[in-house]
Amino acid sequence: MSKKLRTRNHKVVLNRSAGGDFGIAVFLIIFGAFMFIPLYYAVVQSLKPLDELWNYPPKFYVMAPTFDNYGDMFKSMSSSWVPFSRYIFNTVLISVGGTFGNLFLGSLAAYTVSKIKFPGRNMLFSAVRLSLMFTATVTAIVNYMTMSAIGLVDTYWALIIPAWGATLGMFLMRQFMVSGISDAVLESARLDGSSELRTYWTIAMPMVKPAWLTLIVYSFKDLWNTGASTYIQSEQLKTFNYAISQIVSGGIARAGVGAASAIVMLIVPVTVFVISQSNIVETMSTSGMKD
Amino acid sequence: MSDNAVGKKQQAPKPVARKEMTKWQWTWKEMKRNYAAYLMCAPYFLIFFTFTVLPVILSVFFSFTVFNMIEPPKWYGLNNYMRLFLDDEIFIQAIMNTLVFAVMTGPVSYILSLFTAWFINELPPKIRAIVTLIFYAPSLATGMTFIWKILFDGDSYGYANSILMRLDIIQAPIQFFQNETYVMPLCIVVALWTSLGVSFLSFIGGLQTVPKDQFEAAAVDGIKNRWQELWYVTLPNMKQQMLFGAVMAITQSFNFGAVVNDLAGFPSVNYCAHTIMHHLQDYGGQRFEVGYSSAIAVVLFVMMIGSNMLVNKVLNKVGQ
Repeated sequence: MSKKLRTRNHKVVLNRSAGGDFGIAVFLIIFGAFMFIPLYYAVVQSLKPLDELWNYPPKFYVMAPTFDNYGDMFKSMSSSWVPFSRYIFNTVLISVGGTFGNLFLGSLAAYTVSKIKFPGRNMLFSAVRLSLMFTATVTAIVNYMTMSAIGLVDTYWALIIPAWGATLGMFLMRQFMVSGISDAVLESARLDGSSELRTYWTIAMPMVKPAWLTLIVYSFKDLWNTGASTYIQSEQLKTFNYAISQIVSGGIARAGVGAASAIVMLIVPVTVFVISQSNIVETMSTSGMKD
Repeated sequence: MSDNAVGKKQQAPKPVARKEMTKWQWTWKEMKRNYAAYLMCAPYFLIFFTFTVLPVILSVFFSFTVFNMIEPPKWYGLNNYMRLFLDDEIFIQAIMNTLVFAVMTGPVSYILSLFTAWFINELPPKIRAIVTLIFYAPSLATGMTFIWKILFDGDSYGYANSILMRLDIIQAPIQFFQNETYVMPLCIVVALWTSLGVSFLSFIGGLQTVPKDQFEAAAVDGIKNRWQELWYVTLPNMKQQMLFGAVMAITQSFNFGAVVNDLAGFPSVNYCAHTIMHHLQDYGGQRFEVGYSSAIAVVLFVMMIGSNMLVNKVLNKVGQ
């Protein structure tokens, strides 16, 4: 039917009422404002000098913008004996270490279960798919016992190693690989005597760049937002997010510094997302619950 | 015999070769042939099973015991569950709050994600990318929900209070996060703010896969407006993304305890925003009653899997 239409060069006008367009625009503006105002407000607040923070009534704009709050961020934790940069270092280390481990182990597993036909692969993948249906809260208690049994409590590893087994990125990568890598290409590589490991690394991985960028974004975002954790007790191992929550509990006097830390906190995952946005959307077009 | 079977398997179709062996023999042979595959996925699945599957299995076991992590667990039958449902008023309140949270955030976030994705789908790609970022950014900001705390600060310097006071709606500032009337609604609003996440992007991706010529065909076939187009053409084409998005939305809707912690503290005033997650945190992380908290975890697990199955059934009716 559609083919006939095209050959006749028939232009079909789809029904789009003006009222509908207007309604949609209104919805998007109101909802968009709801989403955007807190972010805008955080930026404004972070640029306010101290005297403007104390202005009454509080204003939604800044008269004399300053970057002082960003500098003060490093001083404001002076009551604690851990330098502020240490919290940032911890978060960066956990995020990078966890993300790369998840990328390599997860993509290797995704390749194996999607492209090598071996007994048990469907069962393994079903377990991953099922695990998307419940959250880490359910597993927290037993994981604490496991961590202390293998001696990982109060080390970076307690946050990094579980991230290597994170499921969302692996799931999306497997779904993308099913349709994104042609079996014929893999088959010819195998006939040329390429080992599975080599085929995975030199042929499959370059073909699924969108999927691994997506995995990086999700894994990184989760780890970057790591707050206070039951696995970590030492102050010098705690994360940036934890440090911010300590700053913010200081109330309005710390509102500028708090907002500045929030912006720093947000800017990193947003940058990662912006760089990989089109790739993520491409990956998402193959996301689905089916086998 | 075995050489023969392998040779046959490569030339003739597989079922013929398989018939000569029992199912288990064939499976074992395939497993040996693919040993490299097991080695390759072993590291991932070892970690996955240790930190995701094992805890669920052990929690079910511990939920029938009394266990404090020091002495070995003692069998306790169904007593933990009896105590939960018959003798723990805070738990009943936690279940109610969890359900309110899940029902308010899950479907609303799902519908908002779907419609926003659909509405912005017809925008030009460059503008769409920017709009996507605005809607998606808050979900990247799960670590900064506290900025809402400053917006709704309890003294007159809070934006909400100052605006309401100037409009003479209230006389004295409201302690928003200390007041039982406001804690739950505000936490739900903030949870919704962060909720346009994975499912939203999944819908955006799904919408791009709908074949364009189907729209034209549908217009010829008498689809009258965009709503009919959505129901009869768009949604049936992105059913997979809708199922996936639902799973993500449900899991997320049960997981907003952290938002409550950031905004209202733990525990919240009179347990007014106490969810099952908090109850779990209380008994597992602070009182070390592993048996009892495992029972809480099992209840939460059953609720999540149950609602996923329910929603799956509903979504399979889309476009019919």
